Amino acid sequence: MTTAERTEAERNTGSTGPSEDLAPLSPLAVPAARADGCPFDPAPGVERARREEPVTRATLWDGSTCWLVTRHQDVREVLGDPRFSADAARPGFPFLTAGGRELATSKPTFIRQDDPEHARLRRMLTADFMVKKMEAMRPEVQRLADDLLDRMTAGRNAADLVAEFALPLPSLVICLLLGVPYDDHEFFQDRSRLLLSLRSTAEEVRTAQADLQRYLSRLAAAKQREPDDGIVSRLVARGELDFEEIASMGRLLLIAGHETTANMTALSTLALLRNPGQLARLREDPSLIKGAVEELLRYLTIVHNGLPRVATEDVTLGGRTIRAGEGVLCTLNSANRDEGVFPGGDALDVGRDARRHVAFGFGVHQCLGQPLARVELQIAVETLLRRLPDLRLDIPFEDVPFRHDMGIYGVHALPVAW
Amino acid sequence: MRVHIDQEKCCGAGSCVLSAPEVFDQREEDGIVVLLDAEPPAGLHEAVHEAAAICPAAAISVEQVEQLDQAERVERV
Ligand code: SF4
Repeated sequence: MTTAERTEAERNTGSTGPSEDLAPLSPLAVPAARADGCPFDPAPGVERARREEPVTRATLWDGSTCWLVTRHQDVREVLGDPRFSADAARPGFPFLTAGGRELATSKPTFIRQDDPEHARLRRMLTADFMVKKMEAMRPEVQRLADDLLDRMTAGRNAADLVAEFALPLPSLVICLLLGVPYDDHEFFQDRSRLLLSLRSTAEEVRTAQADLQRYLSRLAAAKQREPDDGIVSRLVARGELDFEEIASMGRLLLIAGHETTANMTALSTLALLRNPGQLARLREDPSLIKGAVEELLRYLTIVHNGLPRVATEDVTLGGRTIRAGEGVLCTLNSANRDEGVFPGGDALDVGRDARRHVAFGFGVHQCLGQPLARVELQIAVETLLRRLPDLRLDIPFEDVPFRHDMGIYGVHALPVAW
Repeated sequence: MRVHIDQEKCCGAGSCVLSAPEVFDQREEDGIVVLLDAEPPAGLHEAVHEAAAICPAAAISVEQVEQLDQAERVERV
């Protein structure tokens, strides 16, 4: 920590003026584990910040400080405002881990760049994930889901839902879309885990990233010799990017395609099993599935430590002045529980209109793969509930290994029986 | 209601298509929004407002000609 940062940290710790009965609110430590009471709820400090001091200070793992933005409207404002940069190379950009800093600065992908470069690169992929195309994948995704469940249930009545269904389904689909051989899935699932673990050292992240980069740039070279209709091949054919750039983009898609939907699927299943009333409603009326998936996205918000930005100008937000060069974390999970937008938001309600959730982020960086994620989640949850009417958790709820240690929340395993 | 889109701003994540498929579509080549109906019927107004509200790139704007509609209605009555 530089002297300037230290002074800043001290000033902010001292400035909150602790009241008699409440512990000083800021700065909050981030990343923080979710609530002990209900592991589906955001960290208690973040919830309290939203109610009492919606734009507040936080201390990061390395002792540096940043702003924490917790309300729905403020989160949308920051993420939609080009004065908040996503460029990880700018001084003041807040990183959640040493590995995250390594990942974002050594070979940045477009999610850590600003327009116009971000838009130029992203637009090379928007056609691949558009709603129509993803809707056309439904029969294929359905077939994959059914095959996985056939295998999972053959002659057995218990399994780990993560290993046998929730993870392989999106892995198979993203491999198919990219043109990556699924046979190599253990290799990239392992590297993916390392890249997303809050415990990984910078060195581990560097190695995992280099492995994936090498693998994908070799794949790009192979596609040049033998093209197919996958995304990697099409990026090669465009001729605008070199193999290294294609590999960076491929790496982003591969990782994003793996961990996010997998964790949403497993966590959604668990949340429904814990809310039998909601589960019964959804079973009785499967036409609720689309809305239910939006509600699960809102309620669970697996990007649980927030999205990082850095101010490029002084900006006033929620009565506070964020100075140029100061980092900001937009906590999506707290925004998605904002009572002003989602009344009774701490409860799961599959009949709610949850479309305004920010689980996919907001602004020009909003998740590119969301039409795919929606199709996958709708099919995964609907198929699971339909085919396994007696689905239940096979271990005590207290023993479920939640991913407090990962950038993407979820469960490491989900033993179920039927 | 008059709908405007800004294709320069659009980031192609398609939320608008999900909210109001009668009004918005995405271009085959690059997934950028296209407007199918600039003056959608009243039954779609709520969906269009929703689409504008959830568009992450603020690429959709809705011109409030409701008063005008009302005036017209009054005239007709
Ligand atoms: S929701 Fe907005 S950004 Fe997304 S496709 Fe529609 S207009 Fe473009």
